Amino acid sequence: MKKSKRKLYIIELLGLFLALLWLSPFYLMIVNAFKTKREIFSDVLGLPKELMTDNFVKAFSDLDFFKSLFNSVLITVLGVGVIIIFSSMAGYALARNKSKISGIILLVFVAAMLIPFQSVMIPLVSLFGKADMLNRPGLILMYLGFGSSLSIFLYHGAMTGISNSMDEAAIIDGANKFQVFWKIIFPLLKPITVTVGILNVIWIWNDFLLPSLILSDSNATIPLKMYLFFGQYTKQWHLALAGLTIAVIPVIIGYFFAQKQIIEGVSEGAVK
Amino acid sequence: MRNRDLSFWLFIMPAIVSLCIVIIVPFIYGLIYSFTNWNGIVATEFIGFNNYITLFKDAEFRASIWFTTKFAVTSVILLNFLGLGLALLVTRKMKSSNFMRTVFFMPNLIGGLILGFIWQFVFISVFGSIGKSLGIEALTGWLSTTATGFWGLVILTSWQMAGYIMIIYIAYLENIPKDLLEAAEIDGASSFQRFRNITFPLVAPAFTISMFLTLSGSFKIYDQNLSLTNGGPYNSTQMVAMNIVKTAFTENKMAYAQSQAVIFFLIIAFVAVTQVYYNKKREVDL
Repeated sequence: MKKSKRKLYIIELLGLFLALLWLSPFYLMIVNAFKTKREIFSDVLGLPKELMTDNFVKAFSDLDFFKSLFNSVLITVLGVGVIIIFSSMAGYALARNKSKISGIILLVFVAAMLIPFQSVMIPLVSLFGKADMLNRPGLILMYLGFGSSLSIFLYHGAMTGISNSMDEAAIIDGANKFQVFWKIIFPLLKPITVTVGILNVIWIWNDFLLPSLILSDSNATIPLKMYLFFGQYTKQWHLALAGLTIAVIPVIIGYFFAQKQIIEGVSEGAVK
Repeated sequence: MRNRDLSFWLFIMPAIVSLCIVIIVPFIYGLIYSFTNWNGIVATEFIGFNNYITLFKDAEFRASIWFTTKFAVTSVILLNFLGLGLALLVTRKMKSSNFMRTVFFMPNLIGGLILGFIWQFVFISVFGSIGKSLGIEALTGWLSTTATGFWGLVILTSWQMAGYIMIIYIAYLENIPKDLLEAAEIDGASSFQRFRNITFPLVAPAFTISMFLTLSGSFKIYDQNLSLTNGGPYNSTQMVAMNIVKTAFTENKMAYAQSQAVIFFLIIAFVAVTQVYYNKKREVDL
């Protein structure tokens, strides 16, 4: 047994080394964000000699950080909100209806997942442009369209664990279908709602191409602003890295508080 | 709920309407437009397969398909090795295994655009200055050649996605009954034999899932491509998704870009369908 314990110890050391290697791009980003342009050139690996907080002040104001953070939060909350509301309703109704039509509708949603974004992108932008919908409400509607397939699929799967007798008892007590769903079924679906929420937050928060085609500069989310910012400071790494550090921070904070749920949610969403 | 119940239709209507407006209608329109001279606003005539004929002669588009395929195949192999390796590592009983999981998964939460910019710095500045001070020629000039652009993209996406694939494998590894592995050990099976004959067949379904995700995911990559190499040098690291976006919104050739988009869909659909079919068949055989 002693030998295998030592072997495990060596494996753990190797694992930790690998973990540090995994983190190294973030380390390099952060330490160099505090350096001057010249110091990055002369010593890229070491810690900064003195902390150049000026880089961050400049990046913070150029990114218009609070505004882009607000825009990102707004789009993400609304997008994920409508996806959860309408996908859970659809998943429930499709699971409770055992007819052929219901099966076909579910299949259409699943098949739609095969269509890559670029294949509908051009007509989508053109059609929404004609309807004067290249704005935030239009973007939210698009997120519902692109996000509902996977979410409905997940809700539909979770419904198999919830017995029909729940619905029947509530109907007998005089509840209508909407009350049955929102008061009884939806609370029972909470675990899958967490999964659906996490998956869609990760997607919408980081989405770049779709909002870049839709949103005006004043409504830009963090990735859009980051793209413009980076283009402005190519080869001025001290500023670009400070901006990137600022852009990464909200995600790291979120991960710090909810890492268990995030990892479980992602696992759940992928394996189903 | 039955078909004649109004409530059934009310419950599914918002999702169906959004799916139609956002995906199905644009998809059909796109298919039609790809046979016309559509300029984004009006289409004045049907030109049959002209766009598609031009497409097959388009060296840049063909190069982007070839580059994307090479990239996807390389990434899928690397990602599955890495993902399974990391999963086997962090499912051992170690004090720090939770910390490792957290770390390996972290890049996944950050968008490809931002990660691409970070790695642009790593490849150009960090690699460059290490290469210069140690006199290693191979580390300098990254992303300025097609080969380093290719490997840069592979490294970036492997680093980003490996944690995700790891999580899928973990889910299956943790479901393997412990007594099965212990019984095999008592019977004298070596650790490789245990892996080959117990662990491997039981995680086979994870291959289906992760290969599907990584293959179609790598075919569709755009953000990383844009932020890391922006297709350069000379469009030699440009993938299909980027080629379509550029043809449409930079060159304003809408109908032509749409015909590229249709071909792109056919490739993705073909890959996905054959893959799921093949893997399901193999799982049964095992």
